[in-house]
Amino acid sequence: MRGNAETHEMVAPATLGAALELMAREPGVWTPIAGGTELMVAFSAGRLAAKKLVSLWGIGELRFIDTNPESIVIGAGATFLDLRRHEVLAAELPLVAQAAGWIGSIANQGRATLGGNLANGSPAADSAPALLVYDAEVELISVRGRRMIPYAEFHTGYKQNAMAADELLYAVHLPRRFAGHRQYLRKVGTRKAMAISKVALAGAMLVDAGVVKKVRIAAASLAPYPARLVKTEAALWGKALTGESIADARRALMEEAQPIDDIRSTAEYRRRVAGNLLVEFLRGQ
Amino acid sequence: MDFFAGRFGRCILCDNPLAGEGPTSMSAQQKTRVVGEAVLRKEGRDKLVGRACYVDDIASDGMLFGVTVRSTIPRGLIKAITFDPAVNWNEFTIVTAADVPGENRIQLIIADQPCLAEHEVNHCEEPIVLLAHADRQKARAAVEAVRIEYEPLPAVLGIEESERRETIVWGEDNLLKKFLLEKGDVDGAWAGAARIVEGEYRAGAQEHLYIEPNGVIAEWNEEKGVAVRGSMQCPYYVLKSLKGLMGLPEEKVRVAQTETGGAFGGKEDYPSILACHAALLAKKSGRTVRMIYDRAEDMAATTKRHPARVRHRTALDGDGKLLAMEIDLDIDGGAYATLSSTVLSRATLHSTGPYLCPNIRVRSRAWATNQIPYGAFRGFGAPQAIFAMERHMDEIAAAVGMDPVELRRRNFLHTGDKNATEQLMREPVPMDVILDRALKESDFYAKRERFARENATSDIKRGVGLAAFYHGSGFTGSGEVYLNSLAGIDVTQEGRARVLVSNTEFGQGTNTVLAQVAAEALGIDYNDVTIAVPDTDEVPNSGPTVASRTSMVVGRLIERAGGQLLKMLREEAGLGERYTREEFFAACERHRARHGEVHSESRYEAPPGIHWDDAKYHGEAYGAYSWAVYVAQVAVDTVTYSAEVEEFWAVQEAGRILHPVLAPGQIEGGVAQGIGYSLYEKVLNESGRMVNNQMTNYIIPTAEDIPPIHVSFEELPFAHGGYGAKGIGELPHDGPPPAILNAIRNATGAAVNSVPVLPEDLMEVLAAREATI
Amino acid sequence: MSAQWPAIYFTVNGAKKTVNVPPMKRLLDVLREDLRLTGTKEGCGEGECGSCSVRMNGELVNSCLVPALQAEGAEIETVEGLARNDELHPLQEAFLEHGGAQCGACTPGFLMASAQLLERNPRPDLDAVREALAGNLCRCTGYMRIFESVAAAAARAEEKADAR
Repeated sequence: MRGNAETHEMVAPATLGAALELMAREPGVWTPIAGGTELMVAFSAGRLAAKKLVSLWGIGELRFIDTNPESIVIGAGATFLDLRRHEVLAAELPLVAQAAGWIGSIANQGRATLGGNLANGSPAADSAPALLVYDAEVELISVRGRRMIPYAEFHTGYKQNAMAADELLYAVHLPRRFAGHRQYLRKVGTRKAMAISKVALAGAMLVDAGVVKKVRIAAASLAPYPARLVKTEAALWGKALTGESIADARRALMEEAQPIDDIRSTAEYRRRVAGNLLVEFLRGQ
Repeated sequence: MDFFAGRFGRCILCDNPLAGEGPTSMSAQQKTRVVGEAVLRKEGRDKLVGRACYVDDIASDGMLFGVTVRSTIPRGLIKAITFDPAVNWNEFTIVTAADVPGENRIQLIIADQPCLAEHEVNHCEEPIVLLAHADRQKARAAVEAVRIEYEPLPAVLGIEESERRETIVWGEDNLLKKFLLEKGDVDGAWAGAARIVEGEYRAGAQEHLYIEPNGVIAEWNEEKGVAVRGSMQCPYYVLKSLKGLMGLPEEKVRVAQTETGGAFGGKEDYPSILACHAALLAKKSGRTVRMIYDRAEDMAATTKRHPARVRHRTALDGDGKLLAMEIDLDIDGGAYATLSSTVLSRATLHSTGPYLCPNIRVRSRAWATNQIPYGAFRGFGAPQAIFAMERHMDEIAAAVGMDPVELRRRNFLHTGDKNATEQLMREPVPMDVILDRALKESDFYAKRERFARENATSDIKRGVGLAAFYHGSGFTGSGEVYLNSLAGIDVTQEGRARVLVSNTEFGQGTNTVLAQVAAEALGIDYNDVTIAVPDTDEVPNSGPTVASRTSMVVGRLIERAGGQLLKMLREEAGLGERYTREEFFAACERHRARHGEVHSESRYEAPPGIHWDDAKYHGEAYGAYSWAVYVAQVAVDTVTYSAEVEEFWAVQEAGRILHPVLAPGQIEGGVAQGIGYSLYEKVLNESGRMVNNQMTNYIIPTAEDIPPIHVSFEELPFAHGGYGAKGIGELPHDGPPPAILNAIRNATGAAVNSVPVLPEDLMEVLAAREATI
Repeated sequence: MSAQWPAIYFTVNGAKKTVNVPPMKRLLDVLREDLRLTGTKEGCGEGECGSCSVRMNGELVNSCLVPALQAEGAEIETVEGLARNDELHPLQEAFLEHGGAQCGACTPGFLMASAQLLERNPRPDLDAVREALAGNLCRCTGYMRIFESVAAAAARAEEKADAR
């Protein structure tokens, strides 16, 4: 244990409003901490640069899952266990619940939050590929008000995002229009449980008479941040799903992907396996 | 709590003595009364209610926290040590090599390893400066405030580099140790061979990852000397190093083991280093010093399994019988000798497999490099050697077009044969029986056939593979004679029989098994026996807890000591042929009244006919062997290139099974570690340091990864082991790697010759095959 | 422990506790150092091994990842609270009988995770047990006897329930 608790300040505002006021008063000074499954690891390792932390853990206004006719809205403070337990989410947008089940252990799933997963912005973020293929939008909030941006525009670089210094992630909106889509999500990790993703692929596709009408493909660990594979998607739009078009799409993916070698895996492995996952998705029912 | 005040028999927290007492044992129908029964783990209850006292559980009030400043380069001269003036160093205790009162050496086989580096460093993480402070945070932070200036020297980082001898980093020629084992006439055998098969096999380093990291607490007293307690396997090893380092006689050194959360060999020699560090800080500060590693430091700085490269060249006759084996076995010992010579010895003696071969040459070498010194790890060289041999057998089978099962059966040693060192196998060699059982229980042939069919149309390729092997029990050759172990039993006034051994419990069941043996030998109840804390002030040196020797060798000593005590009571204290519990203890009190104590001890005696020639590497290498055949069923996912063990069968003969729950527990745990070593655990080394020294990126299997493991025993009681036991603790780590990689071969046709094999590695082999198909 | 830090209140195994510690101090360290409840262990400090598992408001957490301030007002359950006086919890009995504990370092974490599992799923199949315990690493047992212990505890609880 290399962290020194005495050198860190932490406050736990009771309400969202209080938290936002703090962020507005001293923008960029207070680092939000929710379930701590990222920041506390850094702390234990003596690597937590953030000296002032604002805890969002107890703020009930952030922890919700609302079902509307058009969308499901997930509060940033919802834990991954919350996501797994939500029946409508599991039924209509199964990739989200599926991803939630892969996030660490039960103990970590009960503490890790959707907001934390996105704000941390790892290229290997477990929830990201599913949110990308579901055309998610994120709602950001500050004392100045709220704004929505497509989730695909949330990440702007390696561990960088579109939030202003005084903003918090409030909620993720998922449209309820994926019935009838072929859906796929597979994560490849170092073992079956508690594994950081080496590569993951999500896909949602509407196929009519063997022709691709609509397709979304997103990946983890193939780019500096979670991203849709738009060129790969383009290779499939309007195409009939044949051995040839699938091989073309695979080539497109392997070219579009920009994986790296790191401590967990190799670029070559990530690239090749992502191609295999794509083929598995496209060949499946 | 004053360690010096008396017996270290209580934990600061608990009301119960550390050698806890469990509820009534369960009865079973065995010829023996206690041995062979599923009695409850001696210290189990304390572990389950959270009262077992591990070293970090001991309160730290008034203690200083010790930390270590370590080398950041693999080799170089120390030019300067500077202390950042921003820190108030007056608050700190600072220790360097200059503070060592005795000899600045860790005492192991040869004393080449300094306790603290003085003028040079020979590996990353080598300890240079020790600091202590009452505030743990300040101590930790101060490590960064000590700057070491080096003049880097060229470092040697692997076997190939070391054997080239362009840079000499140890002795005259980088060679820590070498052996030559010869039988018959290898050179003359090639000409007559129908087939010659060659292969090279590699086994990587492996991290023990005991759940409790290393830790000790040291006290110093001007008159009484030094006392250290902590997580360890061998209190007397630690004592030996402390004596030399502190320049103290044995009476002024006291070492005791605290409840230890896993070891696997990783706490065989390393604790001596840690104890010496803490003792130096304790002496300099005059305070009790606590040094507990966090996971990152433990993984980065402590010993690991020796990486190995094994080259086989094998000649066979037209019937697939082994004519000759030539083996070159090389291990990387790291910067200092530590235990490399004995690891090499065991590897050498396990390199030729359970096979009869008339002509053999094994040349083995341990090379010095500037890697962090490697050390003991369950199996101790045998897993690496057996991996090579058993993978090679499957390659031979493929080369000669023979069933790998049949190839083995045709070449097994049998009772009455002579093995590689020309030891006459007097004890039964049950390989045929074990093989048949393993084949039957795993449904080997049927599965192999079925998978071959199904694989054609599946992305998941399945296969089965096996490994046949033995593990020598106890120390090699004359090792046990050299150890000269002494064990004892006494009876306390409170009416408890106490086992007096320096052997330690670290999960494998030492306490339970030795208590069973004592209870059996004395004819009393298991619950009337306790185990004395392994405290060098209290117990004799019954040898280290290593080499799968505890049940067999020490068990036998306790069996004899018990028999002797009983005889004493019968002859001198009027104890009858049959007696109740009350009568037993009453006799003890009568004996005590006359003699002042009730005590009996027994010293090791070698079984008859054990002759080992160290110079010629010839004769009875081990007093006993345990035998095994393991089968793995593996599924390889060709989408992700990952291999997964779906089911595993472990069939072995290890003498009499003393405990029907603990014994299979050892096998299951060893198999799980072997599965980890095969498919998940890769030590990533960059410029002489482990870069994946975190649990998030050094991967061991979880509860979702380990398949059903089926354990079966054939029992052939061994006359010279405690109640017939032979060694069991290390055997299970030998079998999985070759069985699993042979299964991968069966599933995919891909011959993978190194462990661990991660999906990235398998991808290279499979993708290459995809390209050529 | 210093009065300079504002007090944090919570209950542990039913008993009210107050500590004056930095808000960032890990719950694991508060339990072990300030409250002297050393049954909960530190195996990694990274939330990987589960040895530090406790239950916070009924949910399993890795206490090495919980800052003390976030435990404010919470009900914490540790291994020390499983046994009632001298009567072992069915899981503790089962682990003892079936060899679920070897070195014991991972055991408290496994007990807490198993207790949560059986509360929520009194008759889990093997897959459910594996999933529930996937966050607890054991290096000694190979998990087999842990699964057996959990199954035995579940069966015993069912027998007791049937008997009523």
